[in-house]
Amino acid sequence: MAANTLEQIEGQFETFQILNENGEIVNKDAEPDLSDEDLQELMKRMVYTRIWDQRAISLNRQGRLGFYAPVAGQEASMLGSQLALDKQDWILPGYRDVPQIVWHGLPLYQAFLFSRGHFKGGQMPEGLNVLMPQIIIGAQIVQTAGVALGLKKKQKDNVAITYTGDGGASQGDFYEGMNFAGAYNAPAIFFVQNNQFAISVPVELQSAAETIAQKAVAAGIYGVQVDGMDPLAVYVATKEARENALEGKPTLIESICYRYGPHTMAGDDPTRYRTSEEDSEWEKKDPLVRFRKYLEDKNLWSEDQENEIVEQAKEDIKAAIKEADDTPKQKVSDLINIMYEEMPANLREQLDEYRAKESN
Amino acid sequence: MAEMTMIQAITDAMRTELENNEDVLVFGEDVGQNGGVFRATEGLQEQFGEDRVFDTPLAESGIGGLAIGLSLTGYRSVMEIQFFGFVFETMDSVSGQMSRLRYRSGGHYEAPITVRSPFGGGVKTPELHADSLEGLMAQSPGLTVVIPSTPYDAKGLLIESIRSNDPVIYLEHMKLYRSFREEVPEEEYTIELGKADIKREGSDITFVAYGAMVHTCLKAADDLAEEGIEAEVVDLRTVSPLDIDTILGSVEKTNRVVVVQEAQRQAGIAAHIVAEITERAILHLEAPAMRVTAPDTVYPFAAAEDLWLPDQKDVVEKAKEVINF
Repeated sequence: MAANTLEQIEGQFETFQILNENGEIVNKDAEPDLSDEDLQELMKRMVYTRIWDQRAISLNRQGRLGFYAPVAGQEASMLGSQLALDKQDWILPGYRDVPQIVWHGLPLYQAFLFSRGHFKGGQMPEGLNVLMPQIIIGAQIVQTAGVALGLKKKQKDNVAITYTGDGGASQGDFYEGMNFAGAYNAPAIFFVQNNQFAISVPVELQSAAETIAQKAVAAGIYGVQVDGMDPLAVYVATKEARENALEGKPTLIESICYRYGPHTMAGDDPTRYRTSEEDSEWEKKDPLVRFRKYLEDKNLWSEDQENEIVEQAKEDIKAAIKEADDTPKQKVSDLINIMYEEMPANLREQLDEYRAKESN
Repeated sequence: MAEMTMIQAITDAMRTELENNEDVLVFGEDVGQNGGVFRATEGLQEQFGEDRVFDTPLAESGIGGLAIGLSLTGYRSVMEIQFFGFVFETMDSVSGQMSRLRYRSGGHYEAPITVRSPFGGGVKTPELHADSLEGLMAQSPGLTVVIPSTPYDAKGLLIESIRSNDPVIYLEHMKLYRSFREEVPEEEYTIELGKADIKREGSDITFVAYGAMVHTCLKAADDLAEEGIEAEVVDLRTVSPLDIDTILGSVEKTNRVVVVQEAQRQAGIAAHIVAEITERAILHLEAPAMRVTAPDTVYPFAAAEDLWLPDQKDVVEKAKEVINF
């Protein structure tokens, strides 16, 4: 009886796909009603982000960027989901999820300042509903339940979405956040990018669960597994999750994807735990390749358009790095000033001390 | 004015702020219809509705995350951790997240959160209910840690904590909840955070204390007075940041000091106070600044509490040791 129950649960989380590896529609009924401009915008963002990833890795190697978690391979997951959001929706990103908050409105130079470790990277522009990338894996999940409850209480027609990875789904906060949102019928979307590895640990070692999506069952919320290399499937799944969230039903989305690069640029070497066969298998599934094909077949994309975006991205990145370079260096007095609204006595004393040092 | 116990003063403070500001929310395990395991939130859900005062699932980390998320949408949370021994479940939310939200956003976001939680020994609670863990909080930059010892202080400090736009850990000593009544104004008033209070004036020795140990020190001071020794009792009220000026003012007058805490010697905040006094007032000291603390063991099994917790006899003995140094 028990074995039967597990099979029945697993059977309910089949991968949702719209575009196959060759850019062909395999699920006509689910094809989204996106305008030509929206489709081109999504492609533009994916190409731009691929170039940004390449440049960021190179700038990191030159020492012109600091902490960086590569994103190549996850463009459909990241940008297909972000495209489904309203401008006023909240994003609580993990440390790899910088592209989503940039496309939501964070200036690129601030993303670079975040990478370098400068407080101005976290000073969000007024009205932009995003948090800084979260380093503590799982913390963004419980906080999302709170943001979503706040949105519900304020009667906003908005949702909170958060992202984590396959490893993150093993954290207690992952479960608690989903469970709280479920208990309060709060408008939340929990988006897991299952890129197969948590640093070197394969997803099979995280859990005996056949899918991560089925973990939604534990919280009594919706769960869906989606082909994370398929931008249309990710978009549709997120759009639907958003509508359900506004009706008080949160969703866990598991997006099956792959990162082509290392875990981070801090010395991780993926050849220690991944085979080249695995890499080339996933390269065939590249979201850019299949979406390019899909758009070309619709006469919506050309090599010229792509080259234009590549050049635009390179120019923007150059300008953003320049702006980051031109940002004044941090002082200890700056750091003291952003601790409290009303500075306590110990910090007032230390502020005087550091101001004296800084004026020397 | 009304005679109130500390728990009544705490309820009154929450009621005041729920009335004053519709963005104030009170939540935690059993704080709603049940009115809290100590009745601290009694009647509040009835008066303000389930939208303002509500129960949560049983998960402290989730409660902390909820408070942080609610801050981002404009709410002012008063979250309860049922017993402070359970803070370990939510250490990340408290010390890893809400304490840093203003800083890591370069001042853009803030976390106006009050974390209320009971702690403290002498009432024979089961394991991990009574532990004094304020030292952990005091070591987290970005937090303010408040520990009242009287009904009057409890109300003024809690209203001020709720109004603070930065996170405050507000620890309520269980033994003090109903141990005595005091005149507490019915109208609203506040007590500035980070300000100590001299509960007894004296000229011969200073006791720096907080929580239940304030009363232990007051009793010890009465004992010493019978022998002609006048002790001054400084109630810190806020244990982080410290009111250094009041501590130093007293020590420079009496030239002798004992810091008294219920926490273990390796925990609490007494070592920090001794260090500050030593750095700033060593030339005023006639004797070393000394400490009365609990021993460095795990918090005692209930039947051993009386042996283990510092009491007025310990304070009197230490005071004499300092005076006769």
